[in-house]
Amino acid sequence: MEQARALTPQTAETDAIRFLVGTQSLKYDNQIHIIDFDDENNIINKNVLLHQVGEIWHISASPADKGVLATCYNKTSDSKVLTCAAVWRMPKELESGSHESPDDSSSTTQTLELLCHLDNTAHGNMACVTWEPMGDGKKIISLADNHILLWDLQESSSQAVLASSASLEGKGQLKFTSGRWSPHHNCTQVATANDTTLRGWDTRTMSQIYCIENAHGQLVRDLDFNPNKQYYLASCGDDCRVKFWDTRNVTEPVKTLEEHSHWVWNVRYNHSHDQLVLTGSSDSRVILSNMVSISSEPFGHLVDDDDLSDQEEHHQEEKNKEPLQDSVIATYEEHEDSVYAVDWSSADPWLFASLSYDGRLVVNRVPRALKYHILL
Amino acid sequence: LAQLMDSETDMVRQIRALDSDMQTLVYENYNKFISATDTIRKMKNDFRKMEDEMDRLANNMAVITDFSARISATLQDRHERITKLAGVHALLRKLQFLFELPSRLTKCVELGAYGQAVRYQGRAQAVLQQYQHLPSFRAIQDDCHVITARLAQQLRQRFREGGSGAPEQAECVELLLALGEPAGELCEEFLAHARGRLEHELRGLEAELGPSPPAPDILEFTDHGGSGFVGGLCQVAAAYQELFAAQGPEGAEKLAAFARELGGRYFELVERRLAQEQGASDNSLLVRALDRFHRRLRAPGALLAAAGLAEAATEIVERVARERLGHHLQGLRAAFLGCLTDVRQVLAAPRLAGKEGPGLAELLANVASSVLSHIKASLAAVHLFTAKEVSFSNKPYFRGEFCSQGVREGLIVGFIRSMCQTAQSFCDSPGEKGSAPPPALLLLLSRLCLDYETATVSYILTLTDEQFLVQDQSPVTPVSTLCAEARETARRLLTHYVKVQGLVISQMLRKSVETRDWLSTLEPRNVRAVMKRVVEDTTAIDVQVGLLYEEGVRKAQSSDSSKRTFSVYSSSRQQGRYAPSYTPSAPMDTNLLSNIQKLFSERIDVFSPVEFNKVSVLTGIIKISLKTLLECVRLRTFGRFGLQQVQVDCHFLQLYLWRFVADEELVHLLLDEVVASAALRCPDPVPMEPSVVEVICERG
Repeated sequence: MEQARALTPQTAETDAIRFLVGTQSLKYDNQIHIIDFDDENNIINKNVLLHQVGEIWHISASPADKGVLATCYNKTSDSKVLTCAAVWRMPKELESGSHESPDDSSSTTQTLELLCHLDNTAHGNMACVTWEPMGDGKKIISLADNHILLWDLQESSSQAVLASSASLEGKGQLKFTSGRWSPHHNCTQVATANDTTLRGWDTRTMSQIYCIENAHGQLVRDLDFNPNKQYYLASCGDDCRVKFWDTRNVTEPVKTLEEHSHWVWNVRYNHSHDQLVLTGSSDSRVILSNMVSISSEPFGHLVDDDDLSDQEEHHQEEKNKEPLQDSVIATYEEHEDSVYAVDWSSADPWLFASLSYDGRLVVNRVPRALKYHILL
Repeated sequence: LAQLMDSETDMVRQIRALDSDMQTLVYENYNKFISATDTIRKMKNDFRKMEDEMDRLANNMAVITDFSARISATLQDRHERITKLAGVHALLRKLQFLFELPSRLTKCVELGAYGQAVRYQGRAQAVLQQYQHLPSFRAIQDDCHVITARLAQQLRQRFREGGSGAPEQAECVELLLALGEPAGELCEEFLAHARGRLEHELRGLEAELGPSPPAPDILEFTDHGGSGFVGGLCQVAAAYQELFAAQGPEGAEKLAAFARELGGRYFELVERRLAQEQGASDNSLLVRALDRFHRRLRAPGALLAAAGLAEAATEIVERVARERLGHHLQGLRAAFLGCLTDVRQVLAAPRLAGKEGPGLAELLANVASSVLSHIKASLAAVHLFTAKEVSFSNKPYFRGEFCSQGVREGLIVGFIRSMCQTAQSFCDSPGEKGSAPPPALLLLLSRLCLDYETATVSYILTLTDEQFLVQDQSPVTPVSTLCAEARETARRLLTHYVKVQGLVISQMLRKSVETRDWLSTLEPRNVRAVMKRVVEDTTAIDVQVGLLYEEGVRKAQSSDSSKRTFSVYSSSRQQGRYAPSYTPSAPMDTNLLSNIQKLFSERIDVFSPVEFNKVSVLTGIIKISLKTLLECVRLRTFGRFGLQQVQVDCHFLQLYLWRFVADEELVHLLLDEVVASAALRCPDPVPMEPSVVEVICERG
């Protein structure tokens, strides 16, 4: 049992349900666990890859290449800790859904192949790495202390060239805590969090587009873009709140949730049904909320024209759909330690995983009733 | 047969007896018949005598009649002549009057005895009219006309000059009417004149409004208005109704329109004056002024029901009353805010060494009593509006709506609500660090609201209901609702207080963990200063909360567990825990796991609502602080000495924090978790000997 904070779905994989988990251990070699969830048989398979350079603080998978991922890891040397970032490739046979589960993991442990380092000697500790969401997997942004760095991965990702960068200037030690690349606007926008502030950046000019000062009462831990509404994003932080923003009007949040009883570390929109919002907190709870009122489907799923064959049936359906309200769908209390990461599966929109510090990974489904309610 | 014979003899005997009876009767009555016949004879003689005398009387009467007829015939003649002479005499006197009329009229006009002149004219008018075909009379009539015209002119002149008061004018008008001037025109003119005078009054009032010089007080103003304008209007109305009663509804309508218009302007002025009064604090003067104003207007109101002046006046009074209520509500709010500002100043004032400022409890008492006295003062002030002797207090508005909706709901409930809102607003100001309220203020307000919930709200409302016997049936906010609101406010404030104080300590801990280089730190010799600071601050908070809130309930075990036993207990725990970690093995994991299991089997809601007692508040603050410490430790990497320092720090916290919380086990669990996490974050975990830890901690 090892500590873990890093979790990502295998973004480029759209058939199999796969998550990647990075461990945090100062005593042993760290690993990346490839978790396969067999939906039909309800079985979890695990493959382990060695990640020997250090404990993993953040992990993100390439949206274009199943085999490629990036990690932020701690390198300890001479009583100095430096967080670095690197892009890796996993062995070919592990790229897509595992077929046979290795009986003895220790004997078959394989190692990641290093593609390139994101050289941060001049920039400081890497907080996170985010891929261009719709791109060819060649562009990556990393946040290091007060710098935002845009990298070009060249020559089959064997080299990372710093394309452009920007940095925060101001009083005190400014430090990015988190960042996400927006899938909208042709992938030209990135949002970052530092202290209590949210900022939007244009990746073409590396200039600030908007700034939400005091977005949260305390430190902002994470943010995420609504996949279907281009101006909407969600943020969470140490004030136990989840806030939803319209970046065109940054003075007031559109909506605020206050369900957790401690810091909220993670917030994730469902990739296809953006009313489903997942949050993980150090109160060791995972909460799934249904934010219908500010979703792109305010009245549930839009009915296709084909379905209109029977008028009466249609009316009945409409009636059933009206009364949806913003609500907490479920609170998951399986974890016994702080939950530092939650994410949706890239393959199955009704499935998500959460990871607590004690290394426990829990896979859950959206309640069936709600799923049908949204679909029908 | 013998029997038959017997009965026959019997019968014969009876017949004989009857016969003898009859004979005796006839004998007895014979004498009476004789005497009756004598009397009748005498009467015959007497009547004959009487007839003779009657004849003689008739003769005499005829003679008398004859005589009297003759006398009256002789007198007839003379009587006729006398009557004629009397008629001639009267006529002559009338003629003489007519002939003298012009000169008399002139004289009257000269002397100014207009009344006399008009009376003369009135008397002569008809005759002259009748005999105007006679030249001599015609001349007189013409003369009279001329004079009358002059008279009328003079009257009008006087009328127009308007110097004299309304009664004289009324007299003029009366005379003019008698002279047959057209009434319609006259009443126009009369009103025009009245208007002139009343407008003069209004201008006077307006001048009193004057922008720059401090106007006479409102009472004086309404007095002036009442005696000047309203009095004038009354006179005008009375005179008008008297004079032009014949004009019928049309005339009354004219007067009503007149009164409405001028009344409207008067009201406008009064309202302007009242508006100046808006800021004034003294209600008694205002109420007296309004009373006079209202009372004064009731007279013309009765006189001129159509003009609706009384209603309008009542409306004004009602409006003013509403405005006063609003004003008092504002005043109360301002007073409350003022109290808060004072409190903030006192709290912010630098403490002089050795000299303690007023304690929180004292401040709370000050605020509570000051707010309460303000409320009472306001109640007393608005109570004037409903005093018995005030003329408008029996209007339905003042009996019903004013009391229930105005005073109870608008003023008192409104104020308590706004107080709660103001207090709650302190909870909703994240971010702006400059204006953030001092925590002590939150605490104080929370206690204040709690006190309101337990006692003050019901006290104030009872007071209100007693003073303003609410007769209105409209629904009012029940005490329980207000109490619930106050309690909710108190709860939110206290929770916010816990969050704020927790955050303060959290920030200290967080900075201390984040900024230190834990890898290359030296072997611990002391407890870090920040931990002492945390304990000091917590103690200070404990004292602060203790000033306002009761102790609360602890778990029984802690009350008698001394410091010594505690430290032994904790160190033995630590020993058991870290011994295996030199050589990583299964027992350590299970040990740790079971601890974690235990910790989270009773989930700790870090930011949870607090109860209204000291222990609960302190527990909340310490929970938040220690959880922050835990999360921050997990984000760092520790060297061997870094871990040892954490050990020392946590032990120190354990020594001092347990006494503040409801369940000391909570502090154990959280601090154990911190040390365990630090050990995990240490590549080279060599814990310090517990005895050394204790020595360092005891050294302070």
